Order: sequence, then structure tokens, then C-alpha cells
Amino acid sequence: MVGACVYGFIAFTIYLSFTTSTLMPQFELAEEIPYYRLFRLSTFALSAKNLCLFSGLYIGLSLLLGMLMAILIDQKIRGETAFRSIFLYPMALSFIVTGTAWKWILDPSIGFERTVHAMGFPNFVFDWIKDGDMAIYCVVIAAVWQTSGFVMALFLAGLRGVDTEVMNAARVDGAKGWRMYWRIVIPQLGPSFISSFVILAHMAIKSYDLVIALTGGGPGRATWLPSVFVYQYTFTRNEMALGAASAVLMLIAVSIVVIPYVRSELRDKAHP
Amino acid sequence: MNRSTTDWLQRALLYAVLGFLALVFLLPIYVMVVNSIKPLEEIRGGNLISLPLSATIEPWLQAWSKAQIGVQPTGLRPYFMNSFLMVIPAVLFSTLIGSLNGYVLTQFKMRGATLMFGALLFSVFIPFQIVLIPMAKLLGELGLAGTVKGLVLVHTVYGIGFGTLFFRNFYTAFPHELVKSARMDGAGFFVLYWRLLLPNSLPIIVVNVIWQFTNIWNDFLFGASFSDFSSYPLTVALNNLVSSSTGVKEYNVHFAGAFIAALPTLVVYVVSGKYFVRGLMAGSVKG
Repeated sequence: MVGACVYGFIAFTIYLSFTTSTLMPQFELAEEIPYYRLFRLSTFALSAKNLCLFSGLYIGLSLLLGMLMAILIDQKIRGETAFRSIFLYPMALSFIVTGTAWKWILDPSIGFERTVHAMGFPNFVFDWIKDGDMAIYCVVIAAVWQTSGFVMALFLAGLRGVDTEVMNAARVDGAKGWRMYWRIVIPQLGPSFISSFVILAHMAIKSYDLVIALTGGGPGRATWLPSVFVYQYTFTRNEMALGAASAVLMLIAVSIVVIPYVRSELRDKAHP
Repeated sequence: MNRSTTDWLQRALLYAVLGFLALVFLLPIYVMVVNSIKPLEEIRGGNLISLPLSATIEPWLQAWSKAQIGVQPTGLRPYFMNSFLMVIPAVLFSTLIGSLNGYVLTQFKMRGATLMFGALLFSVFIPFQIVLIPMAKLLGELGLAGTVKGLVLVHTVYGIGFGTLFFRNFYTAFPHELVKSARMDGAGFFVLYWRLLLPNSLPIIVVNVIWQFTNIWNDFLFGASFSDFSSYPLTVALNNLVSSSTGVKEYNVHFAGAFIAALPTLVVYVVSGKYFVRGLMAGSVKG
């Protein structure tokens, strides 16, 4: 049943992406395959460009912040559990909830900008969310906030597995502080990097809820991502073939990231 | 400066950075709570981080039972119920099927077991946009379009991937001798599963239930695609409430609504954070 609902449905959508479907699925193949039309659409180009920008920044910043938090927490601090829970709780929330909260925090008329004005800086401007060129960075901020705690958890698991003997040996050789991390510890965190990257990348490609709650894709279409494009063209613009085609492209993008990962996981299992 | 002073300074800096980060992480939830109990004029006239001058629970009542979301001004209450009616059966079914799958995949030598598992593993990563159209068609044909039952079906199906992943990895570590000797004693397929494996799976059941609950509760895409006014899950209702463009924007009601929607998963997180983290890790690294 699962096989049918996942792979059968994927096949169905792939087929649709070559047809003339508009409002309802049609089984006639299109003369000009929809992909050509898709690539000419400026809305799709914009969505794809936004996705590149968004996922690059989102993955980079989440990795950086997550790793930083993991290293800080790994310094045998007091209240470790409390800090960990605080950094990780956003993962338990819905993107719709956090999107709503951030929407008003970033809104210049009531949020951050206004609060800074009230603190005595009347010329402070922070209206990215209303600015077509900058709104996508607001999505990045909220998304990094939501998931960097998860990256932290992954890295923390990695740090706890670092070979302590190597660390002690390095300490004897006089390696200290940040240099020790840079030279000895971080190179050992490869697996954490890879899992974090795969998770973040596939989340970035699938991001939909957050954009809808935070900006609704706007202002205008400034924060459209391919996921928004699929939904809009399939359900509101009655261009099902185009929607299907871009969904297929999303699947391909995810596959490029995920399939090597799944394969290596399976190989590890086969030869423990 | 001597050594202990620098050490002390470093520690102080460490805690300062951690404390600052913690504040940043807590800020949105603080803003949500504080502003959900302010009268609207206070939000408009003041700032988002100040404490309320005159606290009121009116926004909560509004969000819960009065705000206009569908045709009727019902508040979020019926949608809150919808979400529960959707989550509970979906979690039950996907846990049951997931554990059966895990059992079959680990305890019986089958051809193509690895391939099947790989296919399931991949299915937890796929962008669900790719199944929207055929799923909509299937639900339409089953007469489940726009119903909570339809959503239960959808979430069960796509929850099985994760469920199988959790249970398979758990049962792989289950002592094979026990299974073998039970089979020698003549225990059949279901007896073995029901009497031996399931009673010993409590930790992974908890992990799976929490994970599925959080995921399904927080889902938006399926809810937005397959439900109508009467069957919206809470996330969709909340989004409608916040983004509806008619009338005055009642920020305090929005914040209260967002907090109501966050509450169940937040409670689960606070009560059983350990299992939630285990789910996160098992879903990402390895088994």
C-alpha cells in the first residue's frame, strides 16, 4: 500500500507532468512538453533563484550556529540540559506557529523596528519583510532560528564521540582552545556535517509552511519557492501539468541530495 | 593577568554568549505569550517586549471561541478538535503498521528486504508536493475529500515510512535467539509479534508516538490541500485567522491563537523531551 501511495503516485505525477492537464488530470500527452514552458516562466525562474539563495544561506548559517552552540555547550558548563532544551524547542513547534510569531516581530509597524523606536532610536529602520528584495532574508532568519538547535543536537552527538585520546595527546603537545577545535575536533565531525547537510538541504527544498505563514509568498511574489509554485499552479491557477512538472523537479533535487546518503546508510547496515 | 583571571574571563564570556543565545531563542515565545494578554491598543501604542500594563484574557477567549475563521465565528476550538481527531487515529495506525513492517523486515529472511527498506527510507525524504495530485484524486474517489478521515488516511500512509524506520532499527538489535526459541516452541507469526516483540518495544513506541504526533499535528501542506472549512486542522485554521485581510489586525488574538496551536506539542516536548530528541536523532543519523 505504501509502495503504491508513494511510488505509484510519483509515477502518476511524472506522467502528468508531460500532459496537457489544466484543471483536472488529463492523459493526453502535450505537444510541447510542459517543462519547456516551465523553464520560460519568470515565476518559476524567480522561485528557483529564491530557493538557491534561501537554501545556501539557511544551510550555511544553521550549520555555523548549530556547531557553535554545540561547541559552547560541550565546555562542561552548568545547566547544560536547560540550554539544550532552550535551543531545541523550536523544532517541536509548527512552522505556522513560528511563522506567525516572526511575522509580527519582523513587521515594522508593531515589531522590532517599532520597539527600537520606543527605546529611543527613532531613525532605526528594519522593514525587510515589506521589501521585495529583502523579504527572503526574513524567511532565512526564522528558518535558522527554528532548526539550528537540531543541528546543535547532531553535532553534540558527534562531539561526544570524538576520540578523547587524540584530544589528550594534542593537549600534551600544547594545542589549546580554539586551535584544538579547528585542527583536531572539527575534522572528526565529518559524519555530523553530512547528516546535518542532508537534513537541512531536504528541508530547504521542501520549505513551504514557513513561507506561507511568514510572508504568504509576498510581498508580491518575492518569496516564492518552488514548493509555493507547485501549490499555486496546481490548485489555484489550474495549470496542473506545470505544477506536476515543478514537483518532479523538486523530487529530483531532493534525490540528488538524499539518494547517496540513503545508499551509504544501507551499505553500513549490510557490513557492520 | 594571571592564569586564573583569564580562565575566569573565558568562562564568563562563555556564559554570556550562551545566555544571549538563549534569550534570542526564547524571545519569540516570550513575545507570543506577553502580547497575547495585552489589549490591542497597548500593542499598537507600545512595543512588543514590554510587559502588559493591564493584562486581559480576552484575546484568548477570542481566539478560542469567537474569532471568525470559517463562515461562522467559531474561534479555533472546532479546529483544535479536528486536529485531535486527525492525530490520534493516524498515530495509532502508523505506529501499528510501522511496527509490523519492522518486525517482518528484521525477523524474516526475505528477498529484497534491503531494497524495500531503502525505498521506505527514501520515502520519508520525498517532497510531498509530488503526491498531492494523485492523492487528491484518490481521496475524491474514496469519497473522503475534505474530511478528517481523509487526512487520517493520508497521515497514516506517510507516517509509515518513519514508523518502519524506527521499529526496524529497534528490532535489529532484538536478540535473535529469543525469537528462534519461541518459534521452536511453535509460536506463530502474530503470537510471536503480539506476545514477544510488542511488549518489549515500549521505548521505541514512545519515541514513535511522540515523533508522529509532533509531525502530524504540525502538518500544514496536507491540511491545506485536502481539507475544507469543516475539516481544517488547527494549523490551517490559524493561518487563515492570521492572514485574513478583512478588518483590523488583532495581533493579540493572533498571538493567543499561535500559542494555542503550539501548546500540545510544546507540552509533549517539555514532558518527554528525551524521547523527542531520540526520535530526531534516529530519524537522521542511523539506527
